[in-house]
Amino acid sequence: MRHFFTLLRAELWRLLINPSTYIAAFLFLLIMGFVFQWILLDYANNPKEESPSLTFFQIFVFPIFFMVPLLTMRSIAEERSSGTIETLMTVAVTATEVILSKFCASYVYYALLWAFTGSFHYLFFSFVQEDSIFDPYPIIGGYTFIAISGTLFLSLGIFSSAMTRSQLVAGIVSFTLVFGFIAIGSNLDELATLWISQPIWVEQLSEHTNVIQHMRDFSSGIIDTRAIVLYLSCSLAFLFLSILILEYREGGA
Amino acid sequence: MEKQVPAIEVEKLHKRFGKLDAVNGISFQVAKGQIVGFLGPNGAGKSTTMRILTGYTRATSGIVRICGIPVACNPHEIKRRIGYMPENNPLPNELRVREYLKLRARIKELPMRHRAKRIDEVMERCDLTRAQDRIIGKLSKGFRQRVGIADAILAHPEVIIMDEPTIGLDPHQVIMIRDLIARLRGKMSVIISSHILPEIEMTCDRVVIINGGKIVGQGTPQDLRETFIDSTIYEMEINGKIASLRESLAPIAKEFEINQFSEADNCGFSKATIRIPGVHDCGEDLFRCLANSTDLRVRSMRMRQAPLEDVFLAATRRSWETLDTDLANDDPKPDSDEPAETEISAAS
Repeated sequence: MRHFFTLLRAELWRLLINPSTYIAAFLFLLIMGFVFQWILLDYANNPKEESPSLTFFQIFVFPIFFMVPLLTMRSIAEERSSGTIETLMTVAVTATEVILSKFCASYVYYALLWAFTGSFHYLFFSFVQEDSIFDPYPIIGGYTFIAISGTLFLSLGIFSSAMTRSQLVAGIVSFTLVFGFIAIGSNLDELATLWISQPIWVEQLSEHTNVIQHMRDFSSGIIDTRAIVLYLSCSLAFLFLSILILEYREGGA
Repeated sequence: MEKQVPAIEVEKLHKRFGKLDAVNGISFQVAKGQIVGFLGPNGAGKSTTMRILTGYTRATSGIVRICGIPVACNPHEIKRRIGYMPENNPLPNELRVREYLKLRARIKELPMRHRAKRIDEVMERCDLTRAQDRIIGKLSKGFRQRVGIADAILAHPEVIIMDEPTIGLDPHQVIMIRDLIARLRGKMSVIISSHILPEIEMTCDRVVIINGGKIVGQGTPQDLRETFIDSTIYEMEINGKIASLRESLAPIAKEFEINQFSEADNCGFSKATIRIPGVHDCGEDLFRCLANSTDLRVRSMRMRQAPLEDVFLAATRRSWETLDTDLANDDPKPDSDEPAETEISAAS
């Protein structure tokens, strides 16, 4: 792992000098800002008991569907299509270092984008009436979940990118995998209703893979270690598969 | 006395892509400090062989050793000993030249205290100093090629592998790269593939010609000439008629060809090219015959060495003929009751 930090630094530098990074960040924050404003307007018309921050976190999956493929589809596929993977893999770097540096660079960007949305909550609580109770725990829980689940979603994106040389194919596969994990995982019990005698394990499995429920739990202050284990272990598994693909295709050591 | 380990050692190397044998049992060696040219038509297996040498592509079978280390057993170690410039020279378009070379120096584990000095040195050698702050994506092809070459020689590798390094360069840059490669002779082993045959001839100590995944010729350019060229060519400036020339040359060789006989210039001299079968120096006999001829006057005469291009064409043509014969022999024999004409057409 002696070249990991060199590669990570290079990846971050490339992100920093690329204008599309700033355009993507601006558009993401603009859309998320509008969504937050729309939630506040809805609350103004129909007051609810739960905090607007909670509603904001519950719709976090929608930006994820687009953000993850856009962030990760370039990583390996672009190197492969431009041929730079050949110069990279013919020096003494390992496939593990390459995959982890790509993953960490995407993760840093992903985390920064979400961190900027923290300002929405700050602005909101700065302007509400003084007698309202500021509860930071749902916000901390929500962002913790975004950080943990992000490892899995980004590893799915890196895995998709490692499989192909086409960025478009990588983006489509990544979208499908992320959408599949969230949509199928969150509705597994409903999808299994056609199964006449639904086995008990389907119900148990659906509890473990329900991303929406996990977010609800985390943003309510319930830190469920089973969810943490699920996301971290799955992300490690997909990163491992990406390393194997890169080693197989590009002969990495 | 201890035997010197070759810088590159390839033994019975095979690479199969599906049903296609891209590399079919090639063996060759490159001694330390030697510059070797790798020639072959498109699709001959040059780039595949080079990728196998770098450990980027795995061979189907065979042994490749770089500085005595088997590539398949220790690809990581051999990557420290090679500098590689791939075909089409892929580079990150968003980085500046100096930034890219800095990154490569770091990845190639160049000691930090030597890094800046070495980067300046390779930029100077490759005439990149004035372009060091330019974005690679905006550079001309010639500059990009030089960035690739600078990267290949950056970490003082023992073996340099360059796939078409001079493609897209103007004549000045080609001379510069030729000098640069020539200066590496004796210090580093270099293997270059190129389609620019005069370049290879001027730069390389040895040439390996590959076609259809097989080596069809290897040795010094002179060795190859002796193997593949079976005629001697003379160029002369002569005042006289072509019929007289034919008549005077008849005692020297039974079969000879006058390949070219140009229009006479203001002084009445024409340029003639004569091909005599067999490799032997008959310059003295030629002079004597032409001097004795009353109808001919000679102003100049020289033996022309067959260019590497002719060697390359002869070697690849011969290998294609062998391949065609092999394919024809592999064809199933037609049934005995088939007419004889069919057999002839199948064999042809």
